[in-house]
Amino acid sequence: MAIPTTASAGTDTMPRLLARNVAEFGDKSAYREKEFGIWQSWTWSEAAAEIETLALGLLTLGVKEGDHIAIIGRNRPYLYWSMVAAQKCGAVPVPLYQDAVAEEIAYVLDHCSARFVVAQDQEQVDKVIEVMDQLPGLEHMVYLDPRGLRKYDHSHLSRFDEIQARGRDQGDPAELKRRQDAQGYDDTCVMLYTSGTTGRPKGVVLSNRNIIETSKNSAEFDHLEPGDEILAYLPMAWVGDFIFSIGQAYWTGFCVNCPESPETMHTDLREIGPTYYFAPPRVFETQLTQVMIRMEDAGRFKQWMFRHFMDHAKKVGPDILDGKSVSFGDRLKYKLGDLLVYGPLKNTLGFSRVRVGYTAGEAIGPEIFDFYRSLGINLKQLYGQTEASVFITQQPDGEVRSDTVGVPSPGVELKIAENGEVFYRSPGVFVRYFKNDESTASTKDSEGWVATGDAGFIEEDSGHLRIIDRAKDVGKMADGALFAPKYVENKLKFFPNILEAVVFGNGREKCTAFINIDLTAVGNWAERNNIAYSSYQELAGHPKVLEIIQGHVEDVNQSVAEDPMLAGCQVHRFLVLHKQLDADDGELTRTQKVRRRIIEEKFDDLITALYDGSTEQYTETEVTYEDGRKGKIKATLEIRDAKTVAVEAKTLEAAE
Amino acid sequence: MNDMSGGNYTTADGRKIGNTLMEMKNITLRFGGVVAIKDISFDIHEGEIRAIIGPNGAGKSSMLNVVSGFYNPQEGEVWFRGKKRPPMKPYQVAQQGIARTFQNIALFEGMSVLDNIMTGRLTHMKSGMFAQALWLGKAEREETQNREVVEKIIDFLEIQTIRKTPVGRLPYGLKKRVELARALAAEPKLLLLDEPMAGMNVEEKEDMSRFILDVNDEFGTTIALIEHDMGVVMDLSDRVVVMDYGKKIGDGTPDEVRNNQEVIDAYLGVAHD
Repeated sequence: MAIPTTASAGTDTMPRLLARNVAEFGDKSAYREKEFGIWQSWTWSEAAAEIETLALGLLTLGVKEGDHIAIIGRNRPYLYWSMVAAQKCGAVPVPLYQDAVAEEIAYVLDHCSARFVVAQDQEQVDKVIEVMDQLPGLEHMVYLDPRGLRKYDHSHLSRFDEIQARGRDQGDPAELKRRQDAQGYDDTCVMLYTSGTTGRPKGVVLSNRNIIETSKNSAEFDHLEPGDEILAYLPMAWVGDFIFSIGQAYWTGFCVNCPESPETMHTDLREIGPTYYFAPPRVFETQLTQVMIRMEDAGRFKQWMFRHFMDHAKKVGPDILDGKSVSFGDRLKYKLGDLLVYGPLKNTLGFSRVRVGYTAGEAIGPEIFDFYRSLGINLKQLYGQTEASVFITQQPDGEVRSDTVGVPSPGVELKIAENGEVFYRSPGVFVRYFKNDESTASTKDSEGWVATGDAGFIEEDSGHLRIIDRAKDVGKMADGALFAPKYVENKLKFFPNILEAVVFGNGREKCTAFINIDLTAVGNWAERNNIAYSSYQELAGHPKVLEIIQGHVEDVNQSVAEDPMLAGCQVHRFLVLHKQLDADDGELTRTQKVRRRIIEEKFDDLITALYDGSTEQYTETEVTYEDGRKGKIKATLEIRDAKTVAVEAKTLEAAE
Repeated sequence: MNDMSGGNYTTADGRKIGNTLMEMKNITLRFGGVVAIKDISFDIHEGEIRAIIGPNGAGKSSMLNVVSGFYNPQEGEVWFRGKKRPPMKPYQVAQQGIARTFQNIALFEGMSVLDNIMTGRLTHMKSGMFAQALWLGKAEREETQNREVVEKIIDFLEIQTIRKTPVGRLPYGLKKRVELARALAAEPKLLLLDEPMAGMNVEEKEDMSRFILDVNDEFGTTIALIEHDMGVVMDLSDRVVVMDYGKKIGDGTPDEVRNNQEVIDAYLGVAHD
């Protein structure tokens, strides 16, 4: 089964790719979903039939060409079909984050003037109904899971299968065909809203060309095949999921597996054993933390075996993976380790069959990265953006390192501006921001170069890109030394006990930090050391925990001091926050990135205390509970000084 | 306002309440010289959520045990689906379509959640021990069908993650949910819940309330529950029976009961002369 290497007339839209897949791999599984304890599966032919009836049903609702259809829910085949069905109708699918609160949904639905919404369940339907009065343009909602919705007013609400039945009975196949034929390579494929690290989310318009060219290039780069399997568990509103689960899946014809529920994701991962896998660093970190915690509870012999073979894997594993020469004895020992330790461990993690694994979004700790690679998992890094249809740079097999993000992806050109900001140009570059020409113009210049907002440099000998920080976050300290908070935060976060860190110091004499402890790791430590605690807050304020964190901060200071450019970023004072930073409270984005400015405003009193020399500070913080109610947490936080290494810090001017 | 005493009406949220499903007529239950229940009559309509409330020691659990057939009252009659029910063994009551949960969870701790719920299907298994042991065609088909029902309940109660976990390892709130799942697996006509919220925190109570409402709404199961958390009862139930010292002191909608002086006295306390 050969895959064509260029997009021809038959492969220039998603519905046409679907038709090609039906012709070429009609009987092969296209989608699987675990439901009622069993993996239900649909072949490409079956999926195409489902999509067809749904599209016909959408036509009967009055979907017009160019309409926006919002899709809200977790990864389910039906919702992926909704996206392609929308495309068949000439409409544009707009997937939304399922954990978005009602106001966020209202903003997006209003901004794209969506007339139709496909929602997963009562929870999502309720959120839309809550903001319905702000959305005069919204006409009809389609829902998947009927539970709890039976008694709702159905004048503007229909069940998914009812719409399909309606399409089957009353649909107009000729009109659907006409609309499908009218679509071309430069028509809009999807619109994705950025998570909005700063300000309001922006609607990124991506054309068929953007998605298909990118999918094709990246699929060839990693030799993806029709026999590959992926697990679709990342938010559908995220560009990566659209590229993996629709773009590349349709281009190569591989199978998309949807977990039973977000909580069962790890079990489902093991059962499927994907061959192509993506996870943000946080997922790998959590898994490694869990492995380590469980190893500490294991018997002495198992612990010894684990340590012994993991040491060997760390020594030779990455080299074997990269195909470098390794002595016969070492190879043999690695084989034995694979039999006894690595193999079973990979199986437990669900990584037995991973051929290509990626991580991106944030820097991954070198220890974490090396751990997975030494097990023989081909984990690589990529660097991407919604505006680029994901891929800007990625690491080729055999050239994988934890401190770079790889070489430019096929078809991508890179340039570094004078202030260090990275620019790129590629076939995947977005068309425009929806209804926001101003932002489009400030992001993409007339020659098609797009600003990433990240500062970095290209390594001379290897050609790999290295990212230091967000360009706008890179600042200067009062004495002119370089201030790169993310660089320090990442080093802090590499400790399993630290979940999140926020470093301050722009324009100031010294750097200080907020720390969030990782409840799993620290909680386990507390249990083993008989330290009682009743809440997150109590554990976070425990003097022994503060001591451990202080040790970590001082280790980081030592390592930061080794880089003369960044030595000024050593953390002089820190505190451990009494609450976990949370997207519901606006402190993180929905993709779990720190919103620096909001945190600075919200915890203004704590920052003042960090700089005025006080040893403790009383604070009250407003929190939002899961059901939307608000409450207050009160705490008195201890502020500690950390040892720093005296280095003559170089200023930015001196370095230039 | 509808007349609720006779059944056959529609609630404010659109649920249909049917005829009388069960009727208790002048029940009196004695343990030796102790009168646990004294001359109590009330009925349960098809499709409704009926609560029995009262202070500690009022006789609520005894009443539920009479309904479930565990106790046979010395006086009075139990009518179920239009027929007078003779004294029965608990398994015969289960076969009639009555399932229950217990105040102190009664699950098989060493068995997985799935197996525990499967035991709830026992009354629906027809094939003999021999056929099941040899895994004959009929037994296999039956197992598959029953597993399907159980999986739908697992999905409904959102306990997919713990499907294979031994019950003994689960926290209290989840055990309660598994017990509800097992009762549901019997596809009962009447579901009896003995203090479903006891010992739960606010969040767990909210979850459980939602599941009880959803069960009633989706499967049309008639539910009779005992609870002493007044707030929960008033929000959940269509009609409430109030007991005190083995006697019925109130019966009606939550609003009626709330304004009943005798009920207020029983709960807030009053000087007995």
